[in-house]
Amino acid sequence: MKARITVTLKNGVLDPQGKAIEHALSGLGFDGVGQVRQGKVFDVELAETDTAKAEADLKAMCDKLLANTVIENYAVEIA
Amino acid sequence: MKSAVVLLPGLNRDRDMIAALTKISGKAPATVWQTDTEIPDVDLIAIPGGFSFGDYLRCGAIAARMPVMRAVAEKAAKGVMVIGVCNGFQILVEAGLLPGALMRNSSLKFVCRQVKLKIDNANTMFTRRYQPGQIIRSPVAHHDGNYFADAETLARIEGEGQVVFRYAEGTNPNGSINDIAGIINDKGNVLGLMPHPENLIEAAHGGSDGRALFEGALGIAA
Repeated sequence: MKARITVTLKNGVLDPQGKAIEHALSGLGFDGVGQVRQGKVFDVELAETDTAKAEADLKAMCDKLLANTVIENYAVEIA
Repeated sequence: MKSAVVLLPGLNRDRDMIAALTKISGKAPATVWQTDTEIPDVDLIAIPGGFSFGDYLRCGAIAARMPVMRAVAEKAAKGVMVIGVCNGFQILVEAGLLPGALMRNSSLKFVCRQVKLKIDNANTMFTRRYQPGQIIRSPVAHHDGNYFADAETLARIEGEGQVVFRYAEGTNPNGSINDIAGIINDKGNVLGLMPHPENLIEAAHGGSDGRALFEGALGIAA
């Protein structure tokens, strides 16, 4: 089974990279761009066939390594 | 007093740390590799700076999950002193041995220069040879030194005197919250800081402001 994990910065955590991208977009003439926040995407292949188990494993992976929960949130999506 | 230096692929300040500890203590530190599960009986463990694992995922994230860091955590729990400098600081926060996180510099630029540090807490094993409020010089060289902690954590570490080093007014190089440059754990034996005191220990460095940190930690007379 395949899964996609999205890691994003928590609200209230300053994102200087997102801010720089936001400025670059307006510099390119894209008007009306509000806030831009940068995140990460992980596509993970799993041998597990039980969806509930896979989801629990993926969440554990996020907590233990893929996300720093001090500053980041994560979302798990199973394809 | 004996010391050990943690070695990980991608670190590049390990030789500086080994040289500083050797010169100051008169004894070469033991070295431990990322896969080592045992650390010799030492008083101080140092995690040097650099770019462990190429800063992949997040700075220090992969290093923090290596077997040697479990051994460091066990030693820290027994009261052994641990110092993490630069990437070593990032590794300690990623390992959960220190609170908060270190994020990309607010300028988005790598900073490599000398800053001024204020000794905010001179009542630690590491800073006891400095005066409270003393301003010292120290080099910094990093891309991700922007310290962040949520409001509750920040209030706690500020209230408990766990902020040990602060960038002196006007010299904050990275946007770090409350100008925080270095923090200590609640037990007072694990210190992390972005500046490099090991690079300012003798006249050839242009000064020795960082020397007292190691002399204090190692209990060596100045």
